[in-house]
Amino acid sequence: MSKIIASAAIRGAYKIAEQAEEILSKAIKEKGKDCPVEFPNTGYYMPIIYSMTGRRVETLADFEEVVKEVKNLLPPHVDDDIWVPYLGNALDAGMATLFAEEIIEGCKYLIGPNPVDGIWLGAADDVILRERGIQFVDGTAPGFAAIVGSAPDVETAVNIARKLQERFLYVFLSGHHNGTTFSEQLVEGGVQLGWETRLVPFGKEITSAIYALGFASRAALSFGGVQPGDFKRNLLYNKNRIFAFVMALGEVTDEWYATAAGAINYGFPVIADSDIPQILPTGICTYEHVVSNIPHDQIVEKSVEVRGLKVKITKIDIPVSVSPAFEGERIRKEEMHCEFGGQRTPAFEWICMRQIDEIEDGKVVVEGPDIDSLEVGGKLPLGILVEVAGRKMQPDFEPVLERQVHTFLNEAQGLWHMGQRDINWMRISKNAAKAGFTLEHIGKLLHAKYHDEYSSIIDKVQVTLITGEKEVLKLREQAQAAYTERDARLEGMKDEDIDTFYSCTLCQSFAPNHVCVVSPERPGLCGAYSWLDCRASHEIIPSGPNQPIPKGACIEPKIGQWDRVNEFVSQASGGNVPRMSQYSMITDPMTSCGCFECIAAILPMTGGIMIVNREYSEMTPCGMKFSTLAGTVGGGNQTPGFIGHSKHYINSRKFIAAEGGIRRIVWMPTMLKNEIKDTFVKRAEEAGLGDEEFISKIADETTATTEEEVMEFITKAEHPVLTLEPMF
Amino acid sequence: MAPEKRSSDEAAQEMISQMADAGQENAWDRFEAQLPQCGFGKLGVCCRICAMGPCRISPFGEGPKAGVCGADAETIAARNLVRMIAGGAAAHSDHGRDVAHTFKMAAENDTCDYMIKDELKLREVAARYGISVEGRNTKEIAADLSDVMLSEFGKPDGTLISAAAYPPPARQKVWEEFGVTPRSIDREIVEIMHRTHMGVGADYKNIVKQGIRASLADGWGGSLIATEISDILFGSPWPIRFGVNLGVLDAKQVNIIVHGHEPALSDIIVAVSQEPELVKMAEDKGATGINLSGICCTANEILMRHGIPVAGNFLQQELAIMTGVVEVMLVDVQCIMPALGSLSSCFHTKVITTSPKCKIEGAEHIEFHEDRAMETAREIVTLAIDNFANRKGKGAIPKATERGIAGFTSENIFHHLGGRFRASYRPLNDNIINGRIRGAAGVVGCNNPKQVHDYGHLAMIKELIKNDILVVSTGCSAIAAGKAGLMRPDAAAKYCGPGLCEVCETVGIPPVLHVGSCVDNSRILTILSNVVAEGGLGEDISELPVAGAAPEWMSEKAVSIGMYFVASGVFTIIAEPLPVLGAENLTRYLTEGIEKDLGGKWAFEKDPAKAAHMMIEHIESKRDALGINKAAERKLYDMEDRRALAVE
Repeated sequence: MSKIIASAAIRGAYKIAEQAEEILSKAIKEKGKDCPVEFPNTGYYMPIIYSMTGRRVETLADFEEVVKEVKNLLPPHVDDDIWVPYLGNALDAGMATLFAEEIIEGCKYLIGPNPVDGIWLGAADDVILRERGIQFVDGTAPGFAAIVGSAPDVETAVNIARKLQERFLYVFLSGHHNGTTFSEQLVEGGVQLGWETRLVPFGKEITSAIYALGFASRAALSFGGVQPGDFKRNLLYNKNRIFAFVMALGEVTDEWYATAAGAINYGFPVIADSDIPQILPTGICTYEHVVSNIPHDQIVEKSVEVRGLKVKITKIDIPVSVSPAFEGERIRKEEMHCEFGGQRTPAFEWICMRQIDEIEDGKVVVEGPDIDSLEVGGKLPLGILVEVAGRKMQPDFEPVLERQVHTFLNEAQGLWHMGQRDINWMRISKNAAKAGFTLEHIGKLLHAKYHDEYSSIIDKVQVTLITGEKEVLKLREQAQAAYTERDARLEGMKDEDIDTFYSCTLCQSFAPNHVCVVSPERPGLCGAYSWLDCRASHEIIPSGPNQPIPKGACIEPKIGQWDRVNEFVSQASGGNVPRMSQYSMITDPMTSCGCFECIAAILPMTGGIMIVNREYSEMTPCGMKFSTLAGTVGGGNQTPGFIGHSKHYINSRKFIAAEGGIRRIVWMPTMLKNEIKDTFVKRAEEAGLGDEEFISKIADETTATTEEEVMEFITKAEHPVLTLEPMF
Repeated sequence: MAPEKRSSDEAAQEMISQMADAGQENAWDRFEAQLPQCGFGKLGVCCRICAMGPCRISPFGEGPKAGVCGADAETIAARNLVRMIAGGAAAHSDHGRDVAHTFKMAAENDTCDYMIKDELKLREVAARYGISVEGRNTKEIAADLSDVMLSEFGKPDGTLISAAAYPPPARQKVWEEFGVTPRSIDREIVEIMHRTHMGVGADYKNIVKQGIRASLADGWGGSLIATEISDILFGSPWPIRFGVNLGVLDAKQVNIIVHGHEPALSDIIVAVSQEPELVKMAEDKGATGINLSGICCTANEILMRHGIPVAGNFLQQELAIMTGVVEVMLVDVQCIMPALGSLSSCFHTKVITTSPKCKIEGAEHIEFHEDRAMETAREIVTLAIDNFANRKGKGAIPKATERGIAGFTSENIFHHLGGRFRASYRPLNDNIINGRIRGAAGVVGCNNPKQVHDYGHLAMIKELIKNDILVVSTGCSAIAAGKAGLMRPDAAAKYCGPGLCEVCETVGIPPVLHVGSCVDNSRILTILSNVVAEGGLGEDISELPVAGAAPEWMSEKAVSIGMYFVASGVFTIIAEPLPVLGAENLTRYLTEGIEKDLGGKWAFEKDPAKAAHMMIEHIESKRDALGINKAAERKLYDMEDRRALAVE
């Protein structure tokens, strides 16, 4: 019964609170009260404390205040005889535990043992949060399993992890059972850990569970527009959006109970393999709160059921598992059975639209030698031709569909894919080969996935795989001709040429006022949705988040405003955004959800702007890191002088056209410069700025880290921005 | 009559026997002496309103069918009924007014013995009453709130602020359409007296309608004000352990029992009775300390806030004196038997009346004024200490005591169900919807020697919780439940059905929740409103799977309470029928027709287990109507479903 659990959780909370006080006083003794304390590269301080109380922990002295808060939250122990209600108290004890655990982990970063050690990753920084958190937004990851402890053996651990991955879940790992950890069991089982495979080893101690819950809290702050300190919304957001649960493997200690009580505050139930009491009545979680004694071969199914999660497991008749969780899996040379393309052999992939009676659905043709003819480490040429037909299929959708080859192939366990078109590169692992994977299965996989996700535009899919070098080279020429034609068509596509833009409100469940308006020359700020993508997506789900917006009359050609677009945005933002400019970051700029690849921000002294991409975690010349800037820009509000945008948009001819376009750019990190360089140089030349010359006039972190230094640099470099009118 | 036929409580039985042995008379004896009681009075067909009467209508259809003025049985019974409501509403509301005056004094006077103890609640209540709280200090808010609340009693225009601020909107609409939204509290009571004056109303439905309106002014007005201010002024209750029954008296200590209904004096007595000088004084007299306990709702008030033990409920007031160890029984107002005056003359016990509204022959009167509260309290405690020396013999304290948990409120339920961070009623609503808890019942009210003491409460409550109905209780009913161990948290495992037991064990609560004194029935109204607001169980209180009962009622207050529950949409069952059975149409209206107008109705049933099953049947019918009796499949959420979930 739950009295045992509440008693244990409250006892555990006292123990952890005591540990927190001890390590804090040790840290203060060693480092002094004013010593800064932080998790690396985050704008969310100690995220649980920050999200629940609004308190910004910046120094060890701030932790002392948190200790007071913890003590304040700690309820009396549960009496054996005439007890007072303990559910609310146990939940408070749980939250106190999480605060105390953040103190412990925070101090560990200062005085050790370092949370980042060997396989242990410690806190996720904001780059990871944005990259991964977005998957909770778009539904590619429904939630996470926070596993504590360890399985009885390696094989069980591997099976549980694989099953969770198949259900698209992230798996956050912490704690140990009698010194054994689930993470180490996976390593022993040859399973790849890391954010890429969604198997994330946070730490060996139970206290590292706060990295999982802190991640959840930050997702609500970052994508849910929840304000720090608004604990109620943060927790309900997690209950209703992020379908996570705790899987307790092994003996449940007082400290585990205390931490689990913290998790239950988020609506995350506990599923245990041991015989502990259960709490079945619902209310804090969607369904049961604690379910126990579940056999290991049923624990994943049971967990998903208890959390109330519906996941569509794509069962495709191939010998390996398929799930987005395998997308990030790498196959190193020593794990590789064979490879294709990647400058080693000629290869390509090409999607081509056909008439409905020209192809046969489900037909997979393999021409040439298959992988079973290869020695380990061998290679083959490979041409992948996917022919599709459907009443609603259009040639414009070919590139949209073709880009999915990368995703679909990577989702298969033991398959690794990179690049696209004729620069693709693919590996098949030894394990996959051993399981009987052949080229035919690539065809089956693509057939199943295209039907699964594009059934509303595609009726037939036929796949041909060719491995003979001569044949591949011959067909590649045709494919290359198609790519060129496609590029020319896209390249020429201008906003003026079409009369319909598309909306994207995919993120509205997270940033309720945000509306992306996607035009050919301004792709979605997440970088994932071009105008064509939106059009295809609209065909696929007509009532979905991508709606056509007839432009109507142009009322502001320079800043890019159209009457019907304004009408649409105003209505779709619930009246919050009455006017929106497609080409200005100063006048009525577009709002941002939280998913943007880059942020452009004005540097007033220079008359120009800086652009920072989310992978860049250092300080920028505007005095804020990406993560802090993101907090200012995101959430669906118009912030003149700041916009979130995609990397592609920088190379658009309409990039902040109202303010003078790329000639306003005075600072970018080198990594971003390198990434966009090819097209950027062309744009610079078109704009009469000189080709390579212009990019060298833009400061970066090697030449300037403050606004003053940027000013100095561009003055010396005679950057063209100096000749422009002020921006506002 | 054998003691066990009088009371089901062992401690009470013991004292009843002793009284019989000593030749002392008590309420049961006097009840027996009254038998047979007047049939006309019982049926409600006796009219004493004017000097042309008294008139009475023959219930058998053979004698006169109308009084001198022509009033028929329907009119006479309706008038009598609503005059009972006037009495009950007046008692509760006058209590409310008195605490409101104390509140005003505390707000305006810095040297006052009272202070604002719950600022958070002050702000919440003030906001509900439309008083701006942002950036203002406690005293300013309290001063405004006390003015607004005091004006609720007699304001010339408009309707009660609380009647628009507390109940669900759908309920307010029902009242508005039926025309019973309460105006000022006194006005509704006065209008009853006017309408029932000779030669005014003679349409029973129209007469009852005013009774309804006055009862609403009580429940959602006067009583609610009493509860809200008491919390602000004396502190909001929080779950607390308590001991209960006559065994809480201690032969070695100076025993002071507070009895009656108001917290103003008793709360101060709690504070001063443990002052070191007074304790020392008691010790000097040979006592080991000062032992404070309570009877009736004054007991409940200081139990809820301070855990002061309860010596007993209404029918135990004489028994307490009979123990011979009570130095002082301090009484304020309501439910104080005049018999105490003469009974105390046989013992050293001093019965002290303190309210100018309540003087009793044979009792000592020390008038209590809020502006000298501490002083009066010390005077009374000193008197008790001095009286210790006068105790004769060892006394006879029954051993029986029980322990339990009290102190539940509509506000602190939020915490118990979710802690500070997830505070809500969701788990309650969820578990009603999923059927673990079938519904909830309020079992409240008095004692009445017509029923075996406490048996009505206990048999009903046990039947309800066995059938997975959560019970909330107030007043003497709550004390009965406490004495029987039903407020022990481990009672869940012993008495409940599996579903309710599971929920009680999850939250750590007993299956019967003590929510306070009889004015605190307003807490039940607020709880019901909170359940509606939490969602998933309809838009109105009348849709909820709940029922109310007063299995041993006797006072006019119980009639007012019953009527405001019926008028709030709750099926309400009482044991002793309302005195209306001589009026066929009126009876039918109260037990049937009124449901169409207001969503709730009355029922009369003396067998408590049978009554419990009538409540259960009603609760199941409400569940059916809500569609929650169909087995719901577990909904699994995909991305679309998750997006559709609110995060507010």
